[in-house]
Amino acid sequence: MTWAVEAKGVGKVFGGQAEAVEALRDIDFTLSQGDFVSLIGPSGCGKSTLLRLIGDLSAPTSGELTVNGKSPERARLDRDYGIVFQSATLLDWRTVKKNVELPLEIMGFETAERSSTADEMLELVQLGEFGDHYPWQLSGGMQQRVAIARALAFKPSILLMDEPFGALDEMTRELMQQEVLQLWAEVGTTVVFVTHSIPEAVFLSTRVLVMSPRPGRITDEINIDLSAKRDEETREDARYYELVTEVREALRRGEWND
Amino acid sequence: MSQEAPKRTTRQKAARGGLSILTLVVAFVLLWEGYKFIWTALEWTWPVRPDNRTMPHTWDIIGALFQPAQRNGPLLLWVELKAALFTLREAFLGFLIGAVVGFGLGVLFVRSSTSERAFMPYVVGSQTVPIIAIAPMVVVWGGRISLPQWISVSIIAAYLTFFPVVINTLRGLRSPEPTSMELMRSYASSRNEVLWKVQVPAAMPYIFTALKVSAAASVIGAIVGELPAGLRGGLGSDLLQFAQQFTSAPQKLFALVLIAGLAGIAFVGLVTYAEHRFVDARRRQPT
Amino acid sequence: MSGMTDRDDVIRETHETSMAAAFEGDLPVGTREPSAIRRLVKRYLPALIAFVTVIFVWEGLTRLFGVESFVLAKPSEIMASFVETSATIWGAGFKTLIEAAGGFVIGVTLAVATSLASARWVGFREGMLPLAIALNATPIAALAPIFNNWFGLTNPFSKMAVVAVVVYFPVMINTTRGLLEVDPAEIELMRSVAATPTEVMRRVQIPNALPYFFASLKVASALSLIAAIIAEYFGGPQDVLGQYIVNRAQLFQFPDAWAAILVASILGVTFYVLILVAERIFMPWHVSLRAAE
Repeated sequence: MTWAVEAKGVGKVFGGQAEAVEALRDIDFTLSQGDFVSLIGPSGCGKSTLLRLIGDLSAPTSGELTVNGKSPERARLDRDYGIVFQSATLLDWRTVKKNVELPLEIMGFETAERSSTADEMLELVQLGEFGDHYPWQLSGGMQQRVAIARALAFKPSILLMDEPFGALDEMTRELMQQEVLQLWAEVGTTVVFVTHSIPEAVFLSTRVLVMSPRPGRITDEINIDLSAKRDEETREDARYYELVTEVREALRRGEWND
Repeated sequence: MSQEAPKRTTRQKAARGGLSILTLVVAFVLLWEGYKFIWTALEWTWPVRPDNRTMPHTWDIIGALFQPAQRNGPLLLWVELKAALFTLREAFLGFLIGAVVGFGLGVLFVRSSTSERAFMPYVVGSQTVPIIAIAPMVVVWGGRISLPQWISVSIIAAYLTFFPVVINTLRGLRSPEPTSMELMRSYASSRNEVLWKVQVPAAMPYIFTALKVSAAASVIGAIVGELPAGLRGGLGSDLLQFAQQFTSAPQKLFALVLIAGLAGIAFVGLVTYAEHRFVDARRRQPT
Repeated sequence: MSGMTDRDDVIRETHETSMAAAFEGDLPVGTREPSAIRRLVKRYLPALIAFVTVIFVWEGLTRLFGVESFVLAKPSEIMASFVETSATIWGAGFKTLIEAAGGFVIGVTLAVATSLASARWVGFREGMLPLAIALNATPIAALAPIFNNWFGLTNPFSKMAVVAVVVYFPVMINTTRGLLEVDPAEIELMRSVAATPTEVMRRVQIPNALPYFFASLKVASALSLIAAIIAEYFGGPQDVLGQYIVNRAQLFQFPDAWAAILVASILGVTFYVLILVAERIFMPWHVSLRAAE
């Protein structure tokens, strides 16, 4: 069985000789198919950079990185992953439905299939009636749901999410977390989730990778052994609090060791 | 200093617009006649003499439009509206050429930063070269290849119009957020797909802003282009002619300038309407 | 040990270059920072090459096809004329520059005054701004014959008046926008310390408007020379650039005409550079923040 993502000694250095910035150093980890993994760390630790390396939006300067057993570039050209950013990045001149169809257009799907797939995805994120609206008519949370629908429209095996709920208020955030978990259960993609919220990481993931400040390294891997079915009650679970504390302490250790 | 403005229906806005125009016209007439009255009474002559030859009464100016242009001929109004259409035709053709060239250069510069660095200084520099000097040469060249004179004038109009379009196309094509570009890359899109699906639609508001400026510039370009050629039938030659007739019939010149002004406003208004239809409707944020 | 092949390298650089090209000419991520001299050369070399190439091709083709100078002048002829007639054309250029500069000063002054008034009093603004936008759409050059008759054909002020009107509108509209498009949070901050409207104007609005103001001045500088020359065409003394160029062109003496156009262009660029210098003096903070234009 191929790893969804495998990293061996991955490093990333930005800039020229005089102004080199080492964003990532010696990153080693493996992700299995179907995992929900969070990358958590302080600001500037390189977690977003690491996500971009996985997505071939940037390239490592050292080490080996494979995605679905291929090079990240090959995986990108094969459209193995979908990505969701902190800002919804919807095209404001297209309707919601047409926004979801965007990747399908580029990937050469037929008109009828595009339309039905887009409808299906919007239903999945509970925005079925909003297909003909324009982005400006939707709230931040709704726009993000459209972005997620768009990312999953072509059924990729991996979903990359870069602090997708960072711009939302706490209550919307918790609702969206619930929805993402439901989607994950239905669709079964591997999810790589970047966040700086400890409760969010613990609530969503099967595993949490803790990163140190720049240059970012993986300092800890914490298995989240909460039950598979997670909901509001989970947030008040004793084990949940223990794990949150464990992650918090791991983060602090990562910072002190610097 | 932003204040929340209440939403207005289109009808209310049109009515309000109409009222503003009326108020402005009345205000202008009052200022004009007021100046004449006060300056005549006080016998001042600076900055402009208030006599009827230098400053005809506003009603005489309007009246001139409803006099025959020549003995037993059609009304001046009709003659000048036809001249305006003649000039507008040249302006519109120049506008189209300038817009297409400007857009093309914008796309080229975004695709190839080398060509931007090579040619942008000259694009900017081209605007310092007074078009009026190019005009006679354009007409000669056009004549050599049997091009109708009015097309040569259009080329002059195009010269004035392409610059704002290049600048704004460039800005607009670069306006999408970086995450939009990353998104397109994640789909393994081709450069053309990125250009036409993301960059060009994002550039439309910017391009239309430039088109409004270009529309006005193309009218000036057309008028000026008509001058050296002595091209009859357009506003340019009539402007020269009425300027010479100033001593005998000053109100004709003023009337013509009024028509020319309205022609410019009409063209820009048309482009604004197009903008409203093609750009605003989808993206409009609630005001 | 890198797992990348050379081909991956090239493809990555191509992608990064295209992304970079889409993002305002930043250097692609991962390239080495070149030295300052290399950067300067890289920036201006293509333009220089383009210029030299065009001149050579122009000269070559006109000689090759024996093109007569009254159809298309050769660069060598233009340079010769530029040198021979330099006293005349620079003299004419100076007079035109006076018209342009005079009109520029008048127009900008009026524009700034009405902008400040528009920003301060809403009623004034609601009247002036739509009027300015509408009038800006008119072919202002058409006023030239009227001003010639009002102020005298030989009086440079008649041309300055045209320039002033042409320059007024873009400067007024843009400066007003700059004064008004202030972050509401800053205004609230000023109100919370009980600042008077004048103080708000001085401390917040005017600094905010400076970039808009200077941007409009750059546009106005180019427009002022062009407007002066266009205005000259409608009649007046013969020893100004506009009349000179048209006279030479009508006599098919194109090398002379081009030489004078060269003078006009040099004046235009100089004027623009002066604005840049002024911008640097008044807005040192802004220039360092400005992205490559």
